[in-house]
Amino acid sequence: MPKSKSAYSQPTKFGKEDHHIIVVWVDNEAGVLARVIGLFSGRGYNIESLAVAEVDKKQHVSRITIVTKGTPEVIQQIKLQLGKLIPVHKVADFSRNDTNIIFKELALFKLVGTSAKQKKAKLMCKKFNPIILDKTNKSFVIQVTALRRDIDKLVANLKPLGLISISRTGAVAMTRGKEVFTQ
Amino acid sequence: MPKLLSGAEIVFKALEDQKVEYIFGYPGGAVLPIYDELKNHKSIKHILARHEQGAGHAAEGYARSSGKPGVLLVTSGPGATNAVTALTDAYMDSIPIVCISGQVPTHLIGTDAFQECDTTGITRPCTKHNWLVKNVNDLPDIMNQAFEIATTGRPGPVLVDIPKDIQFNKGIYKVNKKKLIKKLNGSLSKKLDLKDVDKFIEMIKQSSKPIFYTGGGVINSGPKASELLRELISLTGFPITSTLQGLGAYPGDDPQFLGMLGMHGTYEANNAMHDCDLMINIGARFDDRITGKIDEFSPKSKKIHVDIDPSSIGKNVQVDLAITSDVTELLQAIIKRFKEKNKNFISSNKQKTAKWWTQIDKWREKKSLNFINSKETIKPQHAVQRLYELTKNQDTFITTEVGQHQMWAAQHYKFDKPNRWMTSGGLGTMGYGLPAAIGVQIAHPDKLVVDIAGEASILMNIQEMSTAIQYRLPIKIFILNNEYMGMVRQWQELLHDKNYSESYTEALPDFVKLAEAYGAVGIRARTPDELDEKIKEMISTNKPVIFDCVVDKVENCYPMIPSGKPHNQMLLGPEDEKEEVSDEGKTLV
Repeated sequence: MPKSKSAYSQPTKFGKEDHHIIVVWVDNEAGVLARVIGLFSGRGYNIESLAVAEVDKKQHVSRITIVTKGTPEVIQQIKLQLGKLIPVHKVADFSRNDTNIIFKELALFKLVGTSAKQKKAKLMCKKFNPIILDKTNKSFVIQVTALRRDIDKLVANLKPLGLISISRTGAVAMTRGKEVFTQ
Repeated sequence: MPKLLSGAEIVFKALEDQKVEYIFGYPGGAVLPIYDELKNHKSIKHILARHEQGAGHAAEGYARSSGKPGVLLVTSGPGATNAVTALTDAYMDSIPIVCISGQVPTHLIGTDAFQECDTTGITRPCTKHNWLVKNVNDLPDIMNQAFEIATTGRPGPVLVDIPKDIQFNKGIYKVNKKKLIKKLNGSLSKKLDLKDVDKFIEMIKQSSKPIFYTGGGVINSGPKASELLRELISLTGFPITSTLQGLGAYPGDDPQFLGMLGMHGTYEANNAMHDCDLMINIGARFDDRITGKIDEFSPKSKKIHVDIDPSSIGKNVQVDLAITSDVTELLQAIIKRFKEKNKNFISSNKQKTAKWWTQIDKWREKKSLNFINSKETIKPQHAVQRLYELTKNQDTFITTEVGQHQMWAAQHYKFDKPNRWMTSGGLGTMGYGLPAAIGVQIAHPDKLVVDIAGEASILMNIQEMSTAIQYRLPIKIFILNNEYMGMVRQWQELLHDKNYSESYTEALPDFVKLAEAYGAVGIRARTPDELDEKIKEMISTNKPVIFDCVVDKVENCYPMIPSGKPHNQMLLGPEDEKEEVSDEGKTLV
């Protein structure tokens, strides 16, 4: 590494990075998404995916779901920094390995190909709640819901079968059972 | 039917409700309706700066020395962007500022109109919160929330961006109390846990090598916090060190005080931090100028961290006991509990910490703030020491710019009260001290206010001299003039093979003539012999003074924790330098 003559010390120890899903409930007001993602970019945190929509029309509360990666210290900082933002109501942090949490991502695929290829492709999607949304002789659009990594795999497998367009949402999350997350 | 008020009137109604006495600002097209309204509100005085950055730092100086929020009023576009440095400075040092900015009329937003900029977008990362007001009826709530957010929890700047049409529109002044924010920086206002208080005391009792490390949080918590801190330190008999921002919370000349810690802190403070077995951090944030090499920071200690901002805890250093609390509240609880259970703590504990104090005295013998004085040239440290000796008998307020002079001021000027020391620590803003001194003098018209400055920093906001003259503010600008950007020069000497790239100012104004041009008084001291007399002349002058103190050009600021070293490997002076700064060190300064 070239010698930087930086004015700051460099860390020599690095913690193990893990994937976390951060869920943030915010007032749906102008600029609120910019505040949240600006905090991530400004402090050098990752955003791997992002899903956001208003979930309470009356109270104007939006739910933002962010998939991120970081050391335990960084994840802790993300939670605390988000908690300081004025329009933020509560912040939940789920580890991706937490079996008590359901994670789902939705994807739309457009495939163009022979009927044999189409058939094979549909078969491949079978495990992931497929719905055919559009169909012509040569093409179809299919919707699947699955985990991020399953969709990643599916994308790789569908490529040779005529996958020409992909649209994916960010992951969304919810706790199992009758409890809801409170802070 | 309640009376309809214009947006501009609503702004002033809210300022009156918040008992604002001074606004620092600069007019312009997009805030003219607000300026037009100024004449109808005699209880609020406007201080016209010469640049919006100056207005911002003046508001900061006012806030830091008075404990009240500073109010800043600027126009759209360049007015707002010029205020950004001051807002960021206030954000880093947790200073409550309410900035009101004008904006182009609502229908022109987004059209690249004249003097339009995305003010809320630009200031989002440097404010606690900001608003673009889109409806005049939202304005009363927003204005009042702005003050609440700026002053509660960890204080900081907020900005309210008001389009010109909203300033004209009519609305009703009605504040919805429920809408006011109940949370403090993410921690719901929860009560202090008595278990934490007991654990705190237990850790104190277990310790044989303790140290208190206190910061700006003590100052921000109000004067009561400083009193309580003094009481706790006296109850425990423990040593105490302070960050740059915490100076004044504990008397600088007290035997239990080890001086400032950190990159230019004392040998005893930094070694005590490194070797202690209990570190009690009250209202400080483990900043990188404090910790040095983080991986080797105080390896053997248990750590307690008290901070009002939960995100400050565990950000840089992991601790054993974390308490999210206001300092005053915490200290009150600790002292009460401590007195109940440990009546004779000092005498019973004296034995336990005796060895530790012996060790501290050994470090003290190094006299790390010493320097080699000269009969021919004024040493900058000597100048600060003389300024201290000649002003310590009156209640003096010190501001600084940023650089060597700032560190010398922190090292050699001993503060014994909070809110007397205003310096840009987090952001390190050159040009801070002169406008800050203006704000301080506004808040304390009869007190002595001195800006300890460097000749490079002072030129960054020198235009504010004109403000000082206009409002008859007898601030003193004490320039340690070495013709170099001294701290840059020092680093270049130590780390960049003495390649003094662009750190020498080849053309400087004649500061005496400059003072006179503004209508102030200029004084110059060239030799140690005339220094005292000239300082006395400065103090007794009831006008703004620029004091050009011609000092040694190449003096370095010691002691210093060099590049990437832990606390126990300090450079004490030029003799240490040759052997100690290795190539490896250069990477890490």
